[in-house]
Amino acid sequence: MSLAIIEVNGLATLQDAGRIGWRKFGVPVSGPMDWFAFRAANRLAGNDPGAAAVEIGLGGITLRALRDCVIAVAGSGYSLSIYIWDFPLWSSYYVRGGWTIRLDKLDAGMWAYLAVAGGVQTPPTLGSASTYLRGPFGGLDGRRLQAGDVLKAGAPPRPLTDLAARSLPTPAQPAYADNPTLDVILGPQDEYFTEESIAAFLSHEYTLSPASDRMGYRLEGPALTHRRKAELLSEGMAMGAIQVPAGGQPIIMMADCPTTGGYPKIGAVISADLPLLAQCVPGKSKIRFQRTTAGKAQKKYREMMKKLERIVEE
Amino acid sequence: MKPRILPLGDSAMLVQWGNEMDFKVNQRIHALAHLIEASSIPGVIETVPAYATLLVHYDPLIVSFAQVKDFLREKLAQGETAAARKPRQIDVPVRYGGEFGVDLESVARHCRLRVEEVIRLHTQRTYTVFMMGFTPGFPYMGELDKALVMPRLATPRTRVRAGTVAIAGAQTGIYPLDSPGGWHLIGWTPLTLFNPRADAPFLFAPGDEVKFVPV
Repeated sequence: MSLAIIEVNGLATLQDAGRIGWRKFGVPVSGPMDWFAFRAANRLAGNDPGAAAVEIGLGGITLRALRDCVIAVAGSGYSLSIYIWDFPLWSSYYVRGGWTIRLDKLDAGMWAYLAVAGGVQTPPTLGSASTYLRGPFGGLDGRRLQAGDVLKAGAPPRPLTDLAARSLPTPAQPAYADNPTLDVILGPQDEYFTEESIAAFLSHEYTLSPASDRMGYRLEGPALTHRRKAELLSEGMAMGAIQVPAGGQPIIMMADCPTTGGYPKIGAVISADLPLLAQCVPGKSKIRFQRTTAGKAQKKYREMMKKLERIVEE
Repeated sequence: MKPRILPLGDSAMLVQWGNEMDFKVNQRIHALAHLIEASSIPGVIETVPAYATLLVHYDPLIVSFAQVKDFLREKLAQGETAAARKPRQIDVPVRYGGEFGVDLESVARHCRLRVEEVIRLHTQRTYTVFMMGFTPGFPYMGELDKALVMPRLATPRTRVRAGTVAIAGAQTGIYPLDSPGGWHLIGWTPLTLFNPRADAPFLFAPGDEVKFVPV
């Protein structure tokens, strides 16, 4: 026993790196909305990068340590207090048994990750601890975390005092912004859209709709016109894919997205920029898109990961 | 037909053979998926076969876009000469009509057939699981006899019981979980299609052959 949940005002779930290997059977990956913050929280707590951790969004959460432990918190849009002190995110902390840990929601940003040294232990479903609320399976009985739940931590990989007080400096964190510009790779169905629509998509602002969730982020902006029909035979898709139904308003697939879909995809947001997208605020954030190539995208992703790993190891 | 290889973002690649439902094309997709799984190249994570496409998910920290593209070209070339894959055959007992096959009579009326004729046409063919999706474990199977082809419901039902056998367009399927559904419900099977806690969580896999047996 390690952490007791005292109060939840937002959407709190357990997530690991995702449910991989079952997509051909129609099982969504789930996993964190912001893979970078999730991974950073785990690395700062001394865990494997994909260990199960708490994802909190939309509101706050209060926990109590049931015994001494090390936690790390990373993400955007939250303030952290432990016992009677306020602390910055992107660091690990030694927490004494009995102390409370509070995450309060701020205006900007959306999701934060709380990792505990040793990782949250929960029986895996289809090889993963990630919660899929629509299943419902994974996490704690497939449901959101609530007051009264007790999270069990595994054995810490090193003495707690070695794991506390480690930080990821700001330059290594994603450049979160209220109104980010995101890199996209066009396709695979960009040819389904008129040239004017592709130009509009790459030059206008889109507002993140309040009707956005862990499954998809809906955008509101200039409608995109299909050259031909607005439907295709269902085919596989992935997080970051930008589907455009007949109405012309794009929907970006997020962590809980279905494995297949039948709307043309004008493009996909690159892995390195998914954290920036995830932390946009529904009803408020304005997003722009710019074109890149798969080669450049993969280079950016590798560099981002290298920076994170290098700092954590030092 | 020569397929195209297109990127979906920086961690998936789509192998695409046109945009038509075609049995022969779908067979080639399952064969390619099989070849890729058997060769387990580092960084290629999993594939999702669909009607006319195969989506290949990969980890760009391990393999690059260019490497995956070369790998797929090579597998496509091998696919032309590879021995035919032997699909699994699964019999599905079905109770037609009744409490859970509530649309059987309206299907018969719409198709101008007797109820027995609908059952006979539905059971006489061996279907292929073209793809899975919608909910975990839902098999999209086809092709249905032309006499049974009809559009899906104008208003989907909010709840269809797990195990319900249904048809829509040229396809037939089975709901693995209680879920909403817009297909015509013609029967029910006691088989469990999806149990996340079982050693084999799914009854079907893409590419399987399925025959319905009336009980």
